[in-house]
Amino acid sequence: MPDFWFFLEVLVGGLLSGTMYALVALGFVLIYKASSVFNFAQGAMVFFAVLSFVGFMELGLPFWAALPVTVGLMILVGMGTERFVLRPLVNQSEDTLLMATIGLAFVIEGVAQLAWGVDVRRLDLGIRDEPINWVMDNTGMLISQLDVTAAVVAGIMVAALALLFSHTKVGRGLRAVADDHAAALSIGIPLKHIWMLVWATAGVVALVAGMLWGARSGVQFALVWVALKALPVLIIGGFTSVPGVILAGLIVGAFEKLGEVFIGPFVGGGIEGWAPYMLAVLFLLIRPEGLFGEKIIRRV
Amino acid sequence: MLTDKMLRRVVPAISAAATFIAIAATSTAAMAQESQEQYFGIPSSRVGPYSAMGTGYYGGIIDYLNYVNMKGGVNGVKLTYDECETEYNAARTVECYQRLLNKGDQKMVVFDTLGTPGAYAVIGRMAQDHVVLAQYGYGRTDAADGRVWPWVFNAAGHYWGQIAVKMNYIAEKEGGVDKMKGKTIVHLHIDTAYGREPLPAMRQIAKDWDFKLIEIAVPAPGLEQQSQWLQIRKEKADWVTFWGAGSGMNSTAITTAARVGFPREKMFYVTFGGAEEDMIPAGDAAKGTYVAANAAPGRDYPLIADILKVVYGVGKGNMQNPERVGTVYYNRGVGAAAMWIEALRNAQKIHNKVGKTVNGDEFRDGYEALDITDDKLKEIGILGMSAPFKMSCAKHDGSERFKVMQWDGKKFQILTDWVAAPDPAFIRKLIEDSAAKYAAENNITPRPCS
Amino acid sequence: MLYREAGQFRTSYAQDSQIFPLRQDRVGIFIILTAAVMLPFVANSYWLSAILVPWLVLSLVALGQNILMGYAGQLSLGSAGFMAVGAFACYNLILRIDGIPFVVAVALSGVCAALVGIVFGLPSLRIRGLYLAVATLASQFFIVWALDKFGWFKNYDPAGVITAQPIVMFGHNFATPREKYWVVLAIVAVLALLAKNMARGSVGRGWMAVRDMDVAAEVMGFSLLRTKLQAFAISSFYCGVGGALFAFAYLQTVEPSAFGIDLSFRILFMVIIGGLGTIMGSFLGAGFILLMPIFLNIFFHTVFGKSVDATITSALEQVIFGVMIIMFLIFEPLGLARLWQLTKERLRLWPFKH
Repeated sequence: MPDFWFFLEVLVGGLLSGTMYALVALGFVLIYKASSVFNFAQGAMVFFAVLSFVGFMELGLPFWAALPVTVGLMILVGMGTERFVLRPLVNQSEDTLLMATIGLAFVIEGVAQLAWGVDVRRLDLGIRDEPINWVMDNTGMLISQLDVTAAVVAGIMVAALALLFSHTKVGRGLRAVADDHAAALSIGIPLKHIWMLVWATAGVVALVAGMLWGARSGVQFALVWVALKALPVLIIGGFTSVPGVILAGLIVGAFEKLGEVFIGPFVGGGIEGWAPYMLAVLFLLIRPEGLFGEKIIRRV
Repeated sequence: MLTDKMLRRVVPAISAAATFIAIAATSTAAMAQESQEQYFGIPSSRVGPYSAMGTGYYGGIIDYLNYVNMKGGVNGVKLTYDECETEYNAARTVECYQRLLNKGDQKMVVFDTLGTPGAYAVIGRMAQDHVVLAQYGYGRTDAADGRVWPWVFNAAGHYWGQIAVKMNYIAEKEGGVDKMKGKTIVHLHIDTAYGREPLPAMRQIAKDWDFKLIEIAVPAPGLEQQSQWLQIRKEKADWVTFWGAGSGMNSTAITTAARVGFPREKMFYVTFGGAEEDMIPAGDAAKGTYVAANAAPGRDYPLIADILKVVYGVGKGNMQNPERVGTVYYNRGVGAAAMWIEALRNAQKIHNKVGKTVNGDEFRDGYEALDITDDKLKEIGILGMSAPFKMSCAKHDGSERFKVMQWDGKKFQILTDWVAAPDPAFIRKLIEDSAAKYAAENNITPRPCS
Repeated sequence: MLYREAGQFRTSYAQDSQIFPLRQDRVGIFIILTAAVMLPFVANSYWLSAILVPWLVLSLVALGQNILMGYAGQLSLGSAGFMAVGAFACYNLILRIDGIPFVVAVALSGVCAALVGIVFGLPSLRIRGLYLAVATLASQFFIVWALDKFGWFKNYDPAGVITAQPIVMFGHNFATPREKYWVVLAIVAVLALLAKNMARGSVGRGWMAVRDMDVAAEVMGFSLLRTKLQAFAISSFYCGVGGALFAFAYLQTVEPSAFGIDLSFRILFMVIIGGLGTIMGSFLGAGFILLMPIFLNIFFHTVFGKSVDATITSALEQVIFGVMIIMFLIFEPLGLARLWQLTKERLRLWPFKH
């Protein structure tokens, strides 16, 4: 296959992977935007969400019934987190909150394994993880149907959430809360409802991300590590920007895959693990708050 | 009155104090230990990314120990065990090793870490502590040279033998060694020492048979292998030998291969990556994948069937999901434990301690004296599940024979009988060279073996 | 009643600037050190090699992390990477330089780690807070990858895992757990003392100024470049020495994957739970994090024994560990060191209430 097409294939594959990373990063951004908490437990939540979904289906619930049940479960998890972990720590430093979410990650991972066991499970979404035929026939490139579907879903979610934040009353309330809790309270914005909404949305995002990753790689413990893939996306896009997440995801995905295929062999391969992080550091040196993040104003 | 302030002090203080008390109590406690119970320490890995492997393997071991107890023990000696969770982490394995080492006045006689990282972490302590490291199909390959490693064994075949068997099978499928000339074989592996283990042998075979060997690494956790498989497609590989770890990597490789249209019938998995738990998540895409086996799966081996009847019959089975009895990891665990018990029997006989417990030195002699013939396998009830072998002073590896199986979508179909590597002398030479290098570097005088 | 300053006069500047101005404190430290040195004669080998040695070593690494995070305020998640540099450097130094004393090798490997730390600390001049934390992950992943990929570091060992050489100093081989413990104790005690002095001297004050308000510190004349890189360098030195001791006195194998991100997180926990910005906190935190999983494991195996599936107990241990972390952060965010401080203050007034 001519080299140009191969390059394009790797590039497109990378872009599509990037949207999957962006989907995971979206959960981080949501929670950070609304409560200034970096939720390290997002990876564990992705794992827990999809594991519960598959678990419910195994218990006999059909696909369309298991979905709302799992969403409900994730809402409960979010509410519980807010009530028992975040509220007692409400004025603590960033580091403390970060630690608390790492502790939370341990708890969620343990509970997931307790509740649903440690077996690896399949998830069949009805979309086959196989190349799209007409693309393959015309260009020789292999682009997976599942990847394209995932990209479309990610795009829709990002668009919907961006619209939510900028054009709806609820979105404005969320932004107000993120800006200043006390001020938001003082003008009558119901803080607890807002937080519940945010965590519920993050839970839904986690479930969708988990479903797509699970369909691709099987529902198993290693899914908690997709969070590590999403961190460079967060840095490059900025912790507080929803549209930034997609753009950053595309950049990271493309860079990672192109780097692994074209530069990797010169150094023995395996650079996928750290290359996106190095890219993120380089970006930060130029723009310390990410591409679209809010400029950090520090007063002396 | 319990104020919030007091609570703030009390809670952490009590937990800290309790910690120290508990440690003090348990580490110096002399557990009531009957001298007729042989103690085993089991470092299991039941949580985390390798939990599927750990629960199956150690579940098999524990079931077998309970089974032997129910059948009257080893010449009347009952078996007892303690578990310690390592999470498949090297540092925790060391911790568990030290915690499990002594129970009352007895010392554990054998240690099985199920994995190469754990094995390497403790391998240096075996000679000092007089504990046998019973690697079962993993670990330090050059420990097969018993003169440099008297306390380390590998009863189920090591990676160099395995890759030779696989290459031979591939050659057969291609129509002969001469047809291998000019072909492209990709070794897709996890980017760790374990993944690179077979490379020295593979490179030599590639030179001898004149095929192109491409080494492609997958960084852990390997949930995403798009770039690697696109490379494989670009290189137009004929076969892919896959050396992964953890179900994430293993099933992702299959689904990604399906995505780039690489035929699963040209993929050959390693013993540690090819089990039901790795194939099932990949769904239909896994059909046709070849796997090497050092312990064949199946429930109709007399021992497995008996365990189901006797142990699970009274509800004492260790597997949470009894469906997993008879799977690859489970049977491997049973095989490993069977070797321990045979070694124990040997030890008792050799040292005239029939009906009594043995210590580390005696157990080591018993393990080294393992002579597992087909008749012995039949007696244990695992004929066909494990391969026959004989150990000796210098030869600490097992039969170096593997079965080739293929996944048909629901279970593994066993395609061959026990296949040996075509040139065992060549592999033995590699092992002895490596062991000699280690001995020289570490000032170890190899012990003499007649 | 016993623990008070009354009657103790400091008549010279040197006396005034002691680390332990109270006589009771000095006596206490003396007792603790003597007990620490005498301990191997009463403790069994399990305690020594499985609990005390790793505790000392990890306290040292936690000290390094504390210097960076607690005193200098730079959020870092790469401590395990610097440990790896230290461990491999020590291995290579002993391998390639014949007859080098162990302590010299350890010190040099700390220097290697410090140099690497400076390189990866450069982004801190521009990036802050959480962003810096994620950027340090870059160093963590890259270092482990590089050590694994380039065979030279591992002496081209086919398995990629190397055995640490024996600890040899002045012709004597420190092989028994007891001797290893003493070597580790000596190194850790000296370095902890150095850290304590640095922290309360101008160096430490510079770090704390940068931590609290770095723009103001710069205005006052602190060179941010020097201060931050110095913090990274010294912190990495400690982590490197800790890593070398971790490999040589505890694990006995030197393998890149043993220094993964979960170790970095553990060290982070140690520092937070022990108390940010305190020397004592590093030791307390390391003890807590080290002992908690062991305690839980033993607790479950004694209470539930064989009646509950081991998989369930293992998962429960994980849950309880996470819950304890969260509870600690809620109830005493300043860590165990704060508890210790409060106890001391209470003791000063005892038996009176106020």
